[in-house]
Amino acid sequence: MRLSAFVRMRLITHNMLTSHVKGVKNGYPLVIKAEDIKEQETDFNPDFISRMITRIEWPALTKAMEMIGHTDQLPEEVPKDYETNNDFLKQAHHALMEIEVITGSLTCPESGREFPIANGIPNMLLNEDEV
Amino acid sequence: NMSKNRPESRAPPDIFYDQKEAQKYTSNSRMIDIQTEMSERAIELLNLPEDTPCMLLDVGCGSGLSGECLTEQGHIWIGMDISSAMLDVAREREVEGDVVLSDAGQGVSFRPGTFDGVISISALQWLCNADKKYHNPVKRLYKFFSTLYAAMKHGSRAVFQQLYPESPQQLELITTQAIRSGFGGGVVVDFPNSTKAKKIFLCLFCGVASPTLPKALGTEEEAKKKRQIKYVKEREQRGSDKRNKSIKKSRDWIIEKKERRKRQGKEVSINTKYTGRKRKPRF
Repeated sequence: MRLSAFVRMRLITHNMLTSHVKGVKNGYPLVIKAEDIKEQETDFNPDFISRMITRIEWPALTKAMEMIGHTDQLPEEVPKDYETNNDFLKQAHHALMEIEVITGSLTCPESGREFPIANGIPNMLLNEDEV
Repeated sequence: NMSKNRPESRAPPDIFYDQKEAQKYTSNSRMIDIQTEMSERAIELLNLPEDTPCMLLDVGCGSGLSGECLTEQGHIWIGMDISSAMLDVAREREVEGDVVLSDAGQGVSFRPGTFDGVISISALQWLCNADKKYHNPVKRLYKFFSTLYAAMKHGSRAVFQQLYPESPQQLELITTQAIRSGFGGGVVVDFPNSTKAKKIFLCLFCGVASPTLPKALGTEEEAKKKRQIKYVKEREQRGSDKRNKSIKKSRDWIIEKKERRKRQGKEVSINTKYTGRKRKPRF
């Protein structure tokens, strides 16, 4: 059993979240402002990562790493042999599954609406006039 | 009136699931057992590819009990819930999934084609209520189902469990909006003959033209046929019995009762020559 002390927002979740504010056409990717980041080792599951790569917006992930000031260099593009490229899968695993935003916010790139992250939980609730 | 006891008749979910109510999900073992059993059945109905770690969404994940079942089976999940008190409990329990504070009636805010499957335990009925003045259940259900449809992979399923619809109209309200959003599928009823074990699932398919619904538990067609034949025979034999019922506490009565309980999915001991026998008087 792995134990994590927090519910957290990992970058895999960030990669999939979009802004759903009324009228917004392209609310992706959300801009991360991170005040508190943690890193936590998790089990490496190459099957899962390789299955997910086609579903991941890679440029959004490299941008997210930049936004939280992470120094790890990710390749600019997904290599063609990603399914068998273990080094790449490990890098992707680290970025997607092991970097956690505990406190900060997510901002809709179109409307500028800010969604706060507290205790690792993004608050995506909208106001009445935003639905 | 049963419906008055149901949580969704008392207060909106973000208010009903306050700290006190949320704590029950960590301390009440009966509640935990029921939730776990329902989650496992819902996951089974998802019919995920074997030995493949999947990306799943848990709508109304609450304290993360259903999510833990997903983790146990090797899947990665994201949970969404409207109650921050419940999500705090999820944090205390150190669940493996990421959770998001969000109202399903405002739509699912994930990218298209993200999820291999969706489960939702005891949550959908909340969407049928108009908890706020500006809430419109039809609009909220449509918003939820249409955005959910978009966030799912084609060919994947969403299973909603333990919808105890307060009325047939409620179920119709739900299914109409699901179909309008593009989903196919329908309702699977486990143990339909039992009031206690009966469970209703809404099993929705994303991008499948004419889906075949999974088989429900406790409704084997064959058993049904056999039963019907047997009853005809028994009725003929009894003949004189006006109400076609066996005498209370008789062997026939006991066997019938056991049959009935078996159909309801309960554990029943086998019939032997001792079944229904009277004990000898002893001194």
